[in-house]
Amino acid sequence: MTPDLVGGLESPDYASHDRAGHGPYVPVFTGDVRKELDELLTRYPNKMAALLPALWIVQRVRGWVPEEGMAEVAELLDLTPAYVKGVVTFYTMYHQHPVGKYFIQVCTTSPCGICGAEDVVKAFLRHTNTGELGVTSPDGKFTVIEVECLGACGFATPVMVNEEFIESMTPDKVPDLLARLT
Amino acid sequence: MAEQKMVNLTIEGRQVSVPEGTTILEAAKTVGVLIPHYCYHPGLPVAGVCRMCLVDVEKAPKLAPSCATTVAEGQVVHVHTEKALDARQGVLEMLLINHPLDCPICDQSGECELQDYTYQEGRADSRYREPKRFNPAEDFGGDVMYVPNRCILCTRCVRFMDDVANDPVLNVSERGDRAVIGKFEGQDMTHPWAANVIDLCPVGALLSKDFLNKARAWELDRAASICPNCTQGCNVIMETRENQIVRMRPRPNENVNAFFMCDWGRLNYRWMNEKNRVEQPMVRGTNGLVPTSWEGAITAAARLLSGKKAFVAASPMLSNEALFLLTQLMQGGSGAFRVQEGDEAPLPGVKDLALRRERAANVYGAETLGFKKTKDLLGGLGQGDVLVVAGEDLDGIDASAISKASAVIVISPVLPEAARNAAVVLPIANFSEEEGTVTNLRGRVQRFTQARQAPGETRPSWLVLGDLLGAMGKQSSFFLPSDVFAQLARTNKSFAGLSYDTIGLKGLPVVDAPSNGQNAPIAVGAR
Amino acid sequence: MGFPHPSHPRETPVLSKYFGDAEARTLDGWKKRGGYKALEKALGMAPADIVNVVKESGLRGRGGAGFPTGMKWSFMKPGDGKPHYLCCNADESEPGTFKDRELMRWTPHALVEGCAIGAYAIGAETAYIYIRGEFTEPLYWMEKAVKEAYAAGIIGKNAMGTGKRIDVHVHKGAGAYICGEETALMNSLEGRRGNPRIKPPFPAVSGVFGMPTTINNVETLIASAPILLNGADWYKKMSLSNPKSTGTKLFSVCGNVVRPGTYEVVMGFPFREFLYDLCGGPLHGRKFKAVIPGGASVPIQTMEEAEATLMDYEGFVEKGSMLGSGGVIVIDDAQPMVTVIARIARFFAHESCAQCTQCREGTAWTTKILERIRDGEGTMEDLDTLLDIAEQMTGKTICVLSDSCAVPVVSGIKKFRNEFEALIQGRRFHPVTAAVA
Repeated sequence: MTPDLVGGLESPDYASHDRAGHGPYVPVFTGDVRKELDELLTRYPNKMAALLPALWIVQRVRGWVPEEGMAEVAELLDLTPAYVKGVVTFYTMYHQHPVGKYFIQVCTTSPCGICGAEDVVKAFLRHTNTGELGVTSPDGKFTVIEVECLGACGFATPVMVNEEFIESMTPDKVPDLLARLT
Repeated sequence: MAEQKMVNLTIEGRQVSVPEGTTILEAAKTVGVLIPHYCYHPGLPVAGVCRMCLVDVEKAPKLAPSCATTVAEGQVVHVHTEKALDARQGVLEMLLINHPLDCPICDQSGECELQDYTYQEGRADSRYREPKRFNPAEDFGGDVMYVPNRCILCTRCVRFMDDVANDPVLNVSERGDRAVIGKFEGQDMTHPWAANVIDLCPVGALLSKDFLNKARAWELDRAASICPNCTQGCNVIMETRENQIVRMRPRPNENVNAFFMCDWGRLNYRWMNEKNRVEQPMVRGTNGLVPTSWEGAITAAARLLSGKKAFVAASPMLSNEALFLLTQLMQGGSGAFRVQEGDEAPLPGVKDLALRRERAANVYGAETLGFKKTKDLLGGLGQGDVLVVAGEDLDGIDASAISKASAVIVISPVLPEAARNAAVVLPIANFSEEEGTVTNLRGRVQRFTQARQAPGETRPSWLVLGDLLGAMGKQSSFFLPSDVFAQLARTNKSFAGLSYDTIGLKGLPVVDAPSNGQNAPIAVGAR
Repeated sequence: MGFPHPSHPRETPVLSKYFGDAEARTLDGWKKRGGYKALEKALGMAPADIVNVVKESGLRGRGGAGFPTGMKWSFMKPGDGKPHYLCCNADESEPGTFKDRELMRWTPHALVEGCAIGAYAIGAETAYIYIRGEFTEPLYWMEKAVKEAYAAGIIGKNAMGTGKRIDVHVHKGAGAYICGEETALMNSLEGRRGNPRIKPPFPAVSGVFGMPTTINNVETLIASAPILLNGADWYKKMSLSNPKSTGTKLFSVCGNVVRPGTYEVVMGFPFREFLYDLCGGPLHGRKFKAVIPGGASVPIQTMEEAEATLMDYEGFVEKGSMLGSGGVIVIDDAQPMVTVIARIARFFAHESCAQCTQCREGTAWTTKILERIRDGEGTMEDLDTLLDIAEQMTGKTICVLSDSCAVPVVSGIKKFRNEFEALIQGRRFHPVTAAVA
């Protein structure tokens, strides 16, 4: 009874992602993306409420939320960049720095902790060549972090690879999973 | 406004009656009980986050944050129970666990609420044995510097920029114990009122770059004054160290500037410390201007004025008292002044508060007293008049315009270049060195007191002018500036009924002040 | 049902009946299973009558606080001329809790229906479902279900052809446990940092966008549909204990247990039988040591307490803990308690919003001390300090995150002090070494 997979393991817009963070900033909200934002705005009584969704769009398109992205969102929603940055830094899912092609989050909060999550983390660090939490592997493919409770405690250890949610991960399943991530 | 319902309660055994909706913290103030607090500030929206102002309310299950709890009929509030004290001690200990305790090198030391409340009711020790977090200091732009290690995240600065300056350039970044006050790269604290966050900061986290490492707080002498740098007339404290003004800070006045002052006014104090002063009375002899006694100089000036019309070129920085006395020696002549201008810069969250276009303290007073505001300063100078230069620097004035005068008398802190051929020079105190009143743009008469000693033999303007009028036989001398003001109030209907006593340190409007609401309390932090 | 395991005969599957049934996720499949009948019925009733039925049923909030749902709905004053809002709290982040995740990914239309019923009952035309950002799968299914419901005219300008407007929007969070606190959720929805607000004003007076708002948990809203269809009495009768706790409750079980998963039982079910029969008991060769029965922020129970508990709001309180979110974390004798508690404290330190002093500093300080004890560097004084910090963190802040961090520390030191002392005195914890089946 494995649930249907959602999306692909690779986030769809990866080709456009700004991995190194050096490229010139190209505005995100043009064309269809702008229309997407306009539709979102109809759902709320004010523009500010579209902030979290708008930041999600920036991250989807750019792979992370650079300061230029915060400024672009601020301009569109009549906010200041400082305000937007305060919000971005509150929420841990917005990447404030470029990350690897596969962003791997391993839940290590107590319920998973007592089911061996630490060993899963170690296996990921070893097999991805990242060595350290939050560091991107030399080939730019992987970033591994510990994440607080993913809300799937009965399926210890849950792991997220980009948008993909993988249940019941164990250290010995790690090489197989990584082999699928090309 | 409908009559407000009053609520009766007991705070620390004192009976209190306050309007409905008042917070316990404000109600306590009315009976002289100061409930310790950090994040609360009467000029800002309530945040209720520092949890320092917890008080014990009888019958309530939990301690109440007094800044965010409104009074209720019959409530009995205790500030100093063991339970409340223990909670505040807890907060103080927690605020200090990551604090560097670097008071010896902190500018806030001596005026720090973290020091004060810890001294008052904190623990003598700390049980914290872990490493402290560290973040580097950051230049926030403008006059503001941020030292995050000392920050207690009360968010006063953020709320000021958001809700009072309406320029949200500060934020709380990150969360948990990683949280710091942040800004956006390239967007600095350049709002014309931004430096108020330095005063608002209850600890040494936001510092003035201008004042950095200049003085220990306890070395400063303080004088209640008025910012002379524009017509708003913000109430200030002038602080001096070794007779030099080193800092100006706002003094609360709900009718003028709430709790704030603009950066331009705040930082524009150095001119009052300037050294290029005339320090002795002088009279022109065969070898030019030579120092003489005050008596000799006054007599010489009186002789020159005798039987002559005088034209007074006055500075709008002069007090009402000086300007009034100057009008007495015109003898059928007239007076004029000019005023420097700049861009107006309002503080949006406070009604009718702005850095004003006209950059001098007493434009309203000068006009009320009959001086003509003009760009052509000497336009009214008649052939053969005695020109009295009072506080005017005559910058940009052509010497040939002065040549119409039969004689020039300078009554100023500084001898202007264009008045080098003056017959008599009477050195007077500058704004920071004497006492007096000025009238702001809404007609509010406000007293300022002496902040520093005048150099050399310099005397207060009112004293010099009083003596001069005495020598001219027009007036017996005055002993105090309040005597001059009393005379002004007797003779000028605008000032009728006012006295130094009634004006106090918060000011009062002239009788015919324009009624545009400035004399009603201003709404602070109103959106 | 005990998803992902087959339903246990002693379960009472009402809300979990279709877990694992892929067809129930689609609109057609949901309708075939009786979906949207309750909404149809509701739209034919006066809102006040719906509120009364729910009041009568005894349904209480399933998010953790257990506030009577009907009463909460009745706080929304009709005809005040203001827009009302319904917020569905789907920010399920309490460690140990994953029941709402199952509800949303298996029965997304049940939540759309519950939201529509709730919105109509409180006079709201707009409902927001705030789902935590990590829940990519529930987000996918919920967005799909909402789209289908709009397309079928079930919700929208003219909900089910009644002329009534009911909009339902999915809003994605971005990683912040505290957004499960109702006022923090409203701030987050408004595009702010997820800082809890000072109460009063309460949400029913000034909630999201400053308007009257009701916030309900996913399970609560979904439960409203069968209550409307089957009546308050039917729901009330599903209780093995007392009239204050009625109906069925989803419990998500995790940790060191043979069959972790989501179970639905009638209120008042014996916890002992739940743990040993339904969940299969401890792993091979191990023994249960402790249970945290309602998510990480409720007091830890010893097995003695747990085994004597009846599973309802009052029952857990009677035995030293709380029902909370129904997230049952089972801890066996292979787990050092100090490590478990230190990791819970680290969670709260990570999630503190940073507003209140005691929480911002206290959660981090607590974590540092616990980790030092865990690493064998503790002192006996540390235990006193921990308890004192916990006292400072209790009942003194805007929300209860701070209290939640203190709870496992206090109950842990109280009930498992020997393990703390052993570490401090240099006696390492020796876990049982039996193999896990």
